[in-house]
Amino acid sequence: MSDLLAARAQMAMSLAFHIVFAAIGIAMPAMMTLAEWRWLRTKDDQYLLLAKRWAKGTAILFAVGAVSGTVLSFELGLLWPGFMEWSGPLIGPLFALEGFAFFAEAIFLGMYLYGWSRMGPWAHLTAGFIVTMSGIASALFVVTANAWMNVPVGFELADGQPVRIDPLAALRSPHAWHESFHMILAALAATGFLVAGIHAFLLLRRPGDRLHRHALGIALWVGGMAALLQPVSGHLLTQSVAHDQPAKLAAIEALFQTQAGAPFHLGGIPDEETGTVPYSIEIPHGLSLLLHADPNATVPGLDRTPRRDWPPVAVVHLSFQVMVAAGFVLAGLSLWCGWRWMKRTPLHEDATLLRSLVVAAPLGFLAIEAGWTVTEVGRQPWVVYQLMRTSEAVTPMPSLWVPLATFTLVYGFLALTVVWTMWRHIAGTAEHRRMESHAGP
Amino acid sequence: MTMTDLELLLSGALLIALTLYVLTGGADFGAGVWSLFAAGPRATEQRRVIDRAIAPIWEANHVWLILVVTVLFTAFPAAFAVISTRLHIPLTLLLLGIVLRGSAFVFRTHDPDSDPYRAERHSAMRFWQWLFGLSSILSPIMLGIVIGAISSGRLDREAVGLTELFVRPWLAPWPLAVGGLSLALVTFLAAVYLTVEAADQDLKRVFRLKAAVSWGATILFGIITLALARREAPAIYQGLVHTGLGHVLIGFTALAAMASLVAVRTGRDRIARLAAAAVATGILWGWASVQYPYIVAPSLTLFDSAPPGTMGLLLASLFLGALLLFPSLYILYRLFKGSRVQDGPDT
Repeated sequence: MSDLLAARAQMAMSLAFHIVFAAIGIAMPAMMTLAEWRWLRTKDDQYLLLAKRWAKGTAILFAVGAVSGTVLSFELGLLWPGFMEWSGPLIGPLFALEGFAFFAEAIFLGMYLYGWSRMGPWAHLTAGFIVTMSGIASALFVVTANAWMNVPVGFELADGQPVRIDPLAALRSPHAWHESFHMILAALAATGFLVAGIHAFLLLRRPGDRLHRHALGIALWVGGMAALLQPVSGHLLTQSVAHDQPAKLAAIEALFQTQAGAPFHLGGIPDEETGTVPYSIEIPHGLSLLLHADPNATVPGLDRTPRRDWPPVAVVHLSFQVMVAAGFVLAGLSLWCGWRWMKRTPLHEDATLLRSLVVAAPLGFLAIEAGWTVTEVGRQPWVVYQLMRTSEAVTPMPSLWVPLATFTLVYGFLALTVVWTMWRHIAGTAEHRRMESHAGP
Repeated sequence: MTMTDLELLLSGALLIALTLYVLTGGADFGAGVWSLFAAGPRATEQRRVIDRAIAPIWEANHVWLILVVTVLFTAFPAAFAVISTRLHIPLTLLLLGIVLRGSAFVFRTHDPDSDPYRAERHSAMRFWQWLFGLSSILSPIMLGIVIGAISSGRLDREAVGLTELFVRPWLAPWPLAVGGLSLALVTFLAAVYLTVEAADQDLKRVFRLKAAVSWGATILFGIITLALARREAPAIYQGLVHTGLGHVLIGFTALAAMASLVAVRTGRDRIARLAAAAVATGILWGWASVQYPYIVAPSLTLFDSAPPGTMGLLLASLFLGALLLFPSLYILYRLFKGSRVQDGPDT
């Protein structure tokens, strides 16, 4: 394995690991705060119990997210010192702002988790609200830095060096807003449906349980709203990519030839050698229509980009398809739930719906991983789009397979431990409640 | 504001953030070390005090390190590139320590199998306990080694080959001594803080003893570090031993050290806490002022910085961030450290 490949693998693995916890760190505080708010409004103790149960899980997941995020902030330099030396002055302030958002998140989460008996109920609720807001702000700043790597703005070049720097330009870039909004919605949808799936599973075992009914309600409101908005956000982001990164868009759609009335390829395995997409279903004029609302609009293909600057087409195309498919399943489930809700028939009595939610539980996170693959692999071979190649940014440090192997082992071990601990929390919840009900009068 | 002002203010901010990290996050690592070495009939109570002391605040304390890194790569990108390239190995070990410490702590304190203290005999609990302690030892040593390597003037030397480039700069007597000093210092800070946090007199006495022992280790490593500096880091030695400023700084640190020992021995725990923090601050600021104006000696100074637009914006964000941050931190610390609270973490 080349050192460049090892560095890319380590970065990809670290991001893939962290993003799960980061997404949960945005959505879980929102959900536990909502549960606590419902408790204050309805005085139904099951909501308080739910907020505390969710807070317990959040404590573990947030801590793993915090330490794996620290790893990433160092890895920017450990693996890509060339990139950081060049772009530190341009995107550094975003990371500093993110640092403060993270500070607020950690401070108020500490109060939320350990301050139940030391703060008034509304002060405690406010702490939860601040955690939620700073989680969203963190995501905004970090994703904006990534958007800058895709669409670098806010400077002029003189002899290859950035001059007349405006680090705030990144925050004003429309691409940054589309990308950030898409990520925040993804975090809410993925976490909402994961939690909904878990409580649906518990409801199937204990039909009618009030705690799980409340939990399902909140998780589906958060996840369902986000999943329904996500296709709109995705559409806007795709148009932004088409405008700013035509090569990435061509790879996403596996469009090898520039053409008017470009077709949409559903599925298929793009072949870079022959420029074809075997096994795909071709929808004539579909892509032109989707992007430009004009069936005969011209869409630039990969032929407009030199071969050495192509991203790996098959990976990008397939990841995009997986993301969209998973997203549509969640949007469909949201419509189903919404329909039942409007008919005022209780969701939790529909066993088919509950089983579907259990099956769909991991789909949001599958979509997040696939979506980040599209963003990151689709930007290759550039680390800063069309300005710096990933191979120019990598550290001269040799034997990079050693840290790659080490972090892979550590993260694999942590992932297993988190799943095992969470599983026992959930199983324990079921067990604990069974004992509670037996102990009743 | 001239460019020089910006550079001085931002390097000052960097030093303040690092100092606060050592005083707060460093002490959390020190507490982890004491958790590993908790022994005797009241070992479990010691661990309970330690867990209660750090649980609500360790994540917030940890963010100071992230702030140090972001300010470094935003304002001084060339220094950051050299440091993260040449010190790849100790920085990676530091990260492993950080990841394992944080994870082991939450797995241990949030285990669903009820009370982790009653379950202490369980092998899984013992494993997390052990991992929490060992990673709490690893991280401060590595942080010290990194600081030692940066200040020894070996980092930017021309070199070829894996060992010369990536191992020699930090695997040397002086950085190792600074690593030892760093570990001793954070265990000293932790022990002194814990004398205040412990509820009963018996436990207070235990932590006072630990404070005295780690005070001795800190002084020992301080002397070793200074003695080794003569050959290994001559610029630092020169600055500390042969300048007026150096004498003032050493004098201040020595006085604070004496005061902290007297306060620990006589049970004035809150004064001891203040004096111990002054010792750590004296060591860090002493190092920083003799290192001035270098960030990576001898080639990169704090004037090898980012363009003024970036520096101005960064300073403004630090200022605005601080306006939000310090009141929030104040509330957090007042809630959990304000008065001695007997009840446990009520999740």
